[in-house]
Amino acid sequence: MSSAAAQFLRDAAEKSADLAHREIIRRGMESYDTAHLKGRARIKDWEAAREKCQQIKRQAINHLDRYLVQFEQQVIARGGHVFWAEDSEQACSYVKNLATQRGVKTVVKSKSMVTEEIHLGPVLEKAGIKVWETDFGEFIVQLRGEAPYHIVTPCMHLKRDQIANLFREKLDKNIESDDPAYLMTVARRILRQAFFSAEMGISGANFLVADAGVVAINTNEGNGRLCTSIPRIHVVVTGIEKVLPRLEDLAVFWPVLATSGTGQGITTYSTLIGGPRRPGEADGPEEFHVVLVDNGRSRLLANPEQREVLHCIRCGACLNICPVFRHIGGHTYGTTYPGPIGSVLTPHLAGLAEFKHLSYASSLCGACSSVCPVKINLHHHLLQNRRDATEAGATKSSERFVFSMWRRAMLHPRIYAFGGWSMRKGLRLLYGLGLAGSALDPMQVWNRHRSPVPLPSKSFRARWRNGFNTNGKAN
Amino acid sequence: MSRTVSLFVPCFIDQLLPEIAVDTVTVLRRIGYEVDFPEDQTCCGQPAFNTGYWNEARPCAEHFIRVFRNAEVIVCPSGSCTTMVRKFYPELLANSPLLKEAKAIAARTFEFSEFLVKVAERTDVGAYFPHTVTYHASCHGLRELGLRDEPRQLLAKVDSLRLIEIARFDECCGFGGTFAAKFADISAAMGNSKAENIAATAAEFVTAIDPSCLLHVQGILGKRKATARAIHLAGILAQEKP
Ligand code: SF4
Repeated sequence: MSSAAAQFLRDAAEKSADLAHREIIRRGMESYDTAHLKGRARIKDWEAAREKCQQIKRQAINHLDRYLVQFEQQVIARGGHVFWAEDSEQACSYVKNLATQRGVKTVVKSKSMVTEEIHLGPVLEKAGIKVWETDFGEFIVQLRGEAPYHIVTPCMHLKRDQIANLFREKLDKNIESDDPAYLMTVARRILRQAFFSAEMGISGANFLVADAGVVAINTNEGNGRLCTSIPRIHVVVTGIEKVLPRLEDLAVFWPVLATSGTGQGITTYSTLIGGPRRPGEADGPEEFHVVLVDNGRSRLLANPEQREVLHCIRCGACLNICPVFRHIGGHTYGTTYPGPIGSVLTPHLAGLAEFKHLSYASSLCGACSSVCPVKINLHHHLLQNRRDATEAGATKSSERFVFSMWRRAMLHPRIYAFGGWSMRKGLRLLYGLGLAGSALDPMQVWNRHRSPVPLPSKSFRARWRNGFNTNGKAN
Repeated sequence: MSRTVSLFVPCFIDQLLPEIAVDTVTVLRRIGYEVDFPEDQTCCGQPAFNTGYWNEARPCAEHFIRVFRNAEVIVCPSGSCTTMVRKFYPELLANSPLLKEAKAIAARTFEFSEFLVKVAERTDVGAYFPHTVTYHASCHGLRELGLRDEPRQLLAKVDSLRLIEIARFDECCGFGGTFAAKFADISAAMGNSKAENIAATAAEFVTAIDPSCLLHVQGILGKRKATARAIHLAGILAQEKP
């Protein structure tokens, strides 16, 4: 078992038994559920919108090479720079070198999961640069020294008194209340100074629009606009899969993203940025850089079966509906992207050996696939990951043995029937001795949390043969 | 059309919950069908398939096809095993010489409630069940087979039955096959959430179309010493007025 898998099992056991934690998540999710349903009702034909989004993303991903170049050419024509980063190291070095060359001391960041994925923050901090997360939720988890708990709502695991205490400890011991508006004012006062002292702003991108050559950024707090317009340098760090072919595609993607993310009709701030400040313009950065991060994505692109995983717009809907997420929370996954999309994606980005356990940590209930706005067949990809792990010989030899025996039995009805009969007989004997749940019980794991399964003396096939086949009576 | 159906009894129903198959036969016979049970049947292959052992699942699926190749209509009292045959055989057997037959069999395999409502066109099967019942929508039946209304239509016609809605009726009970063993703590936590929602309805029974969910839910209810009991839809429909 990989160390990540062992850690996952420990944390999952702890978190699923932590009722206070589950209650916080339940509340957060329930208010999301209500907003999400209401939001969906505003869209005349939600299924049609999903299909449209799926179709557009399929087109974008299938011709990614062409669209990315189209995007790049226009950014360059406007005086921007585009850097293609093969992996996190290249991406981080590019940003770090740029910052040191330009004498950057302070960086303000708006929310970006890709920068979490490549661990950009720590790299900059190590180079002596102060990094401010300016999204309120990210600001809080940064103060706590934690990874975001959820890709849309990074601090949904915290209650407001915890946040007030954190502020008291880290910012100002005179914090007097846990009123959210007040706490936000405190953070805003601090962040305002950061915005005006920073030489570099780093943002993510929600979409890269190929035909217009612009980056679309959606936020609810306005921090995105400050990050991208006040500092002298603006760096966009984004995954290569964020492309949309046409500007008009935003007409469906903006409302669909907002609806799936938070239930809003559209996010409060929807910004399009295409380059640095032009002559005669009053504001905007002097330098504009886009870092296009691959980091394993082109491997997925080369896999026709799983390519659609790149359709993801990081709305978080699959996390919110996932019963596993709802019971173990975001941090347990130990990955940048938690929940169903994370379980599908992480083995591809960070390695099958270390993260294949996530593909099994699902009941395959399919709730995720049913809400995904771009119709990624998430639970089926988990199954394909399992198949790939088996075929790569990465599963336990004891398990392989069990399934090879199982296969033999299932191909021979007599062996199957005899096997079933002896299993029931054996378990009945064992349980008769009061050994249910003991170390001798092959159903020990089951019996730890559940009462024993029924063990009838006759199988259905035996009853069928005993006369149920003709006289209509079961015996 | 023919009045004979072939019964597919998934392995764990055969071995652990035979009553469900008996009840299925009872209902089918009551509405005038002859039931045939091809005795060489074993398992649809789902346990191996869902755990990633597709090479082990494949011969099992081929065995299923050989056993049922002459059946005109196949009825199965399990949403997830029906899903296996209907939705996953074509993918699993994509390179098998039996692919064509697999697709044909997929199209004539029906989950029990689906068969009653869509094929037999019966919602009233003459059942009587003077109890309060809540309905849990099993994942595969609901999301893979799209069976949203069929079980409810059948329940609505049961004499003296009172249906009580459960919160989060479509949230997974936490079974998930080998998931229940590999991630027993998460699985049990999900099962316990389900049990709490069941308790909140105060219904005497919780029903579903998937025996695997019911096996899990009953295990959890039993451990909690809850009063509610799990019963398969066929178990309700098989009851008649004395
Ligand atoms: S996989 Fe789908 S539901 Fe999940 S975050 Fe991505 S777009 Fe949203």
